[in-house]
Parts: sequence; structure tokens; C-alpha cells
Amino acid sequence: MNLTALRSLSRAMLRGFVRDRTAMVFTILIPVLFLLLFGSLYKNTDAARVSVIEVGRVALLDYAEAQAPGQIGRVMTITHSGDLATALADVRAGTYDAAVQQEGRTLVVHYSIADQTTAAFVQTVFASLVQQADSASSPHAYALTTAQVENKSLKPIQYIAPGLLGWAIASGGAFGAAITLVNWRETRLLRRLRLAPVGTGSVVLARVGLSLVVALVQLAVFLGIATLPYFGLRLSSYWWMAIPVVACGTLAFMSIGLLVGSFARTQQAATAVANLIILPMAFLGGAFIPLNYAPAWINDVSYAMPLRYLVIGMQNVMARGDGPAAALPAIGVLLGIAGVLTAISVRVFRWDAV
Amino acid sequence: MSATISVRDVRKSYGSLAAVDGVSFEVQPGEFFGILGPNGAGKTTTLEMLEGLREADSGSLSVLGLPPWPRNPALLPRIGVQLQSSSFFERLTAREQIGTFASLYGVSARRADEMLGIVGLDEHANVRTEKLSGGQAQRLSIACALVHDPELVFMDEPTGALDPQARRNLWDLLRQINADGRTVVLTTHHMDEAEILCDRVAIMDHGKVLELGPPAALVRGIDSPVRISIESGQLSAVEAAAVAGGPVAADGRGEVTDDGVVLTFATREPAPVLASLAERHALAGLRVQGATLEDVFLKLTGREYRS
Repeated sequence: MNLTALRSLSRAMLRGFVRDRTAMVFTILIPVLFLLLFGSLYKNTDAARVSVIEVGRVALLDYAEAQAPGQIGRVMTITHSGDLATALADVRAGTYDAAVQQEGRTLVVHYSIADQTTAAFVQTVFASLVQQADSASSPHAYALTTAQVENKSLKPIQYIAPGLLGWAIASGGAFGAAITLVNWRETRLLRRLRLAPVGTGSVVLARVGLSLVVALVQLAVFLGIATLPYFGLRLSSYWWMAIPVVACGTLAFMSIGLLVGSFARTQQAATAVANLIILPMAFLGGAFIPLNYAPAWINDVSYAMPLRYLVIGMQNVMARGDGPAAALPAIGVLLGIAGVLTAISVRVFRWDAV
Repeated sequence: MSATISVRDVRKSYGSLAAVDGVSFEVQPGEFFGILGPNGAGKTTTLEMLEGLREADSGSLSVLGLPPWPRNPALLPRIGVQLQSSSFFERLTAREQIGTFASLYGVSARRADEMLGIVGLDEHANVRTEKLSGGQAQRLSIACALVHDPELVFMDEPTGALDPQARRNLWDLLRQINADGRTVVLTTHHMDEAEILCDRVAIMDHGKVLELGPPAALVRGIDSPVRISIESGQLSAVEAAAVAGGPVAADGRGEVTDDGVVLTFATREPAPVLASLAERHALAGLRVQGATLEDVFLKLTGREYRS
């Protein structure tokens, strides 16, 4: 491998990318705007109204409803359940904000601190219900116990950030590879490089290097914004495992772009096909619709989406606080995709348009 | 001295189309060689096989004594290839562009800058290639092909989309490249270009070489008449016939033609016709035109050259 050639090719490509305003807008600016938008929109999600599971019968709620009909419904939606274990699992998963049960005169509120605003709201609401009941009847007729469930649920920013970042990396990798390949074939730069004493390896490595740099910049920008106090993403201790996940995701999506670019004849066709692949995947692979909240069928379909592994892999180590090993299955799947698609691309690769 | 390029009975088909159909020629060191023919004649395919971009179905090729196929990294630094003007990295300036190509060949940035000067692009060194004019881009493309000082240069339609002035400027550059001792092989569909630049030309059509030789010899070989034209209206039809008189040959192309703008005599003995016109003071708009490679092509194929 010729290092001088590799270095100058990398520099030429980097300059070309940095000077390309459209590419900058699509790979950095738009994903960041999405992050700002979604991050702000879902920041205080459901804070004004909490969803509560009533486990068994909670007489206090009936009493409050009798006292002031309709008032309870304004601050909470109540679902009934007979099983405490299921209810707690739901709270843990973040499907409901709290589970409440009454044991004699003691009211037990189980809540999650995933979203602290909601948690505080839940506590305040029940504290005031108890207070009202107390002042109406005899003092201290009710006792309030709150219990924090084990925290496994995520704040919105913790799934929004990896999801949107996954989409940004997928787009950057796939579009970058596809458009470069088609464009170089169209302008015959591909042929010109073949006539220079420089190996295909150097050319490919320089292009992959560019995409990796772009993806790591995307990661840095996203983490920089999401960890601002306003958005409040807390990185867990093994967040750096997201770096290899991002690198492998970039390779996987570049291989998708390579395949698209091997077939597409024009830049327009390459863009259209890449869009056709990436956009549905963003919805079905957990980027735009978090898989925790997605309908079951989307969750099922997502296993076939390479994007799922990139998003979940990042989420596990960045936000869920899982150990470094939690990223390995995702890394394996992404590398496998990259390997298989690259092998297919090499077979259908064309140096020339005709 | 052995030939720089040797092509023997080379054939290449795309499906049922025989793009190159038994072509043989040699190019000597230092020669300016043209491959001439209409679009689809097979000249680009011939060039691509010489450059090592395509494999011949049969026959043998040798470039600088080596087989060009499969891709031969030992050969690549010794040849320079100029493709279309747009074969550049995107959004780089002229200087960055040639600097990148230079480093692919292990050539210094200083040499790259020098090359930029040789093709007259000093003042445009910091202009992005997308903003260069057609002629400037073509010059840069040639500079990129020459930056590693190759012995043999291939050019595919170098003046393709240029205006006449830019073409003429480029011709000077191409002559200079050849004068520096490099062997140049150029394809073109412009007959005049081949006539002006090339030491020898191969005229191709339908995948075959129809004629091979120095342009002047080819033109002389077809023995076609000289055309003498003046502005119409200076001579009556009777006078014109008298001028045409004996010397104008009956070669089936018409002795005297008058399209209302230009009166043309076709003759193999121009001297008496010119003398006769001078006597009658009918020399306004005089043009004397000998046969060209276009006439050679017409003679060889029996049809007009479509350019």
C-alpha cells in the first residue's frame, strides 16, 4: 500500500466533502435540527397527565372521584390491573408512569425515576390526594408510601439521540458511498484512477476513512448536544463502546451504498434508491419510532433492518448503562452485513458506465 | 529501434458487434500518431485496449515492449492518459487537483506547479475545476496526464467540445508535447486536426483500418481535383465555361458549379484556371482548396464523412 497516495487521496476527498455544502447540510445539520426538535418536543413528555395502573381496588381514587367528579381524569389516566408484578414490569418498561395499590389505609405508589419530572408529578398528585382525604375525614386516616421501581426505562433523549444518530450515520454512509461511486464512474475519475499506479485498496481505504471521520464527527456533535443540561442525556460509563458500534455501522451502510452504486447508472437513480432503502428503515428500524413504543409488528420487522442493530447497539452502551459486551452482538451483525454486501458488490462492480 | 506500440490483428466484440475487427499498426518512438474516424469506428475501443482498460478478444498488443493487459503497474507510470476534461476530484482547485495526481505517481508538488505553468494555468491555480472554461479544463486534464513525465501519451478526443480558438491554442500545446520527445497517440473525429498534428494517421471505420500513412501522402494518393472558388456574379455562365475550358476534368463531380454565392471550378490543373480568372479580374473572394482527409475518407468509404 502506497502511504503517500493514500494520504493525498484522503486529503482530496476530505476537501471535496468539506466544500460540499449540500453534503454538510444533509449529514450534519439536518440530523442535528431533528435532534433539537425531537429533543425539545419530548423533553417533558406527558408531564401534565400521568398514566397510572390501579392494582386491585384503590378506595382513595373512588373517594376522590366521588368528591370531585372528573377532576382525577384531568391529571391521570387510570388503567386497572389485578397483578402487581405485571404492573411493575409495565412501569419499569416506561409504558406507564406509576402503579398504585392500597393496603388497608396505606397507599403505595410505585414509580420510575427515568423521567424525574414525571416522577415528581406522580408523587405530588398522590400526596395531595391523601392530604385532601385526610382533611375531609379524620387526620392521618391515610398513609402514603412511595416506592421507586428498578429503573430500566429511558428518558426520551436516551432513545431519541441514539435513534437519530443511527439514522444520520446510516444516511451518511449509504449516500456517501453510492453517490461517490456513481459520480466517479460518470466523470470517469474511476477509470483515471485505475490508470494511475495506485491500488484499489488505497482508493477504497481513503473513501472509507472519510466516511468514518464523518460518522465520528456526527457522534461527537450529537453527544455534545444531547448531553447539554437542557436535553439531559446522561452517558453511562461504557459510552465509548459506541465508537466501535458507529464504525461498524458506517461500514455496514457504506456496503449498502456500494451495492446501490454498483447497480445505479446515474446519481439521481442512486439517490432515489438509497432513499428508498434508508427512509423506510428509519421508521421500521427504531430510529424515528423508538422500538419500546412501536407496535409489535414494527418490532418484529425491525430485526430485518440493519439500522436496528446500530441503534440498539448504541443505546445499550450509551444510555442503558449496559457493559461493553452489550454492544458485541450489534457489532457482529453489522460487520456481517458489511462483509456479505461488499462481497456481492465486488461481483457486480462495473468500472465503466458501459 | 523497436516500435513503441505494436498492434497485430486485434479484435474486440461487444455481443454481436465487432467494435474492432482485425486492426494492425505500429507506432514508432517520438511519433505523433492519429486514429481517425467517425463516432463508432472503433478508435476509442482500440485506445482502451492499448491503455490496458479492456482485454482484446484476439490478436496481440504491446506497449513499450510490454503487454498492457492485465493491468500492468510497471507500465502505468510510463504512460500518460488524458480522458475527458471532467475526470477530476470534485471541488478541488486546479493546483490541488494536479497535486493529487502528482502524488499518486510519487511526483513532487513543485513539479506539479511547474506543469500547471507549462499548460498556461498559473493564474487559475486557485480556481476550482468546476469554474474553469472548457479549454482551461482540457489543459488541466492534459497537465494531469503529463505530470509524471510519461514516454507515451494517449489522448481521447482532446479538443472534443472546444470552440475553434481554444482548439487552436490546444494544438500548439500538443505539438510542444510531441516536440519534447514524447510519443503521442490521439483519437479524433476532426479531419483537420489529424491533418495538422499527426505524422501518420490510421483512418478507421466499422472496426477496420482503411488506410494508414502520413496525411499528405494519403491526400496525394487519392488524386482528387483542386477546388478554386470565387464570389458569384463576377463571371457570366458563358465566361465561366470558357475559363473552365479544356483544363477542367470531367471527373463526374461537375466542372463548374454556381450556388448563387460561390462559383467553384474543380480542376487537376489549377494554374491555367487561375491565370484565366486573373485576366478577367474575377478574383474577389478567391479560395483555392486542395483535397483533404475528408476527401480521402469519402474515397475510401464512398460516403460523406459525418463529423
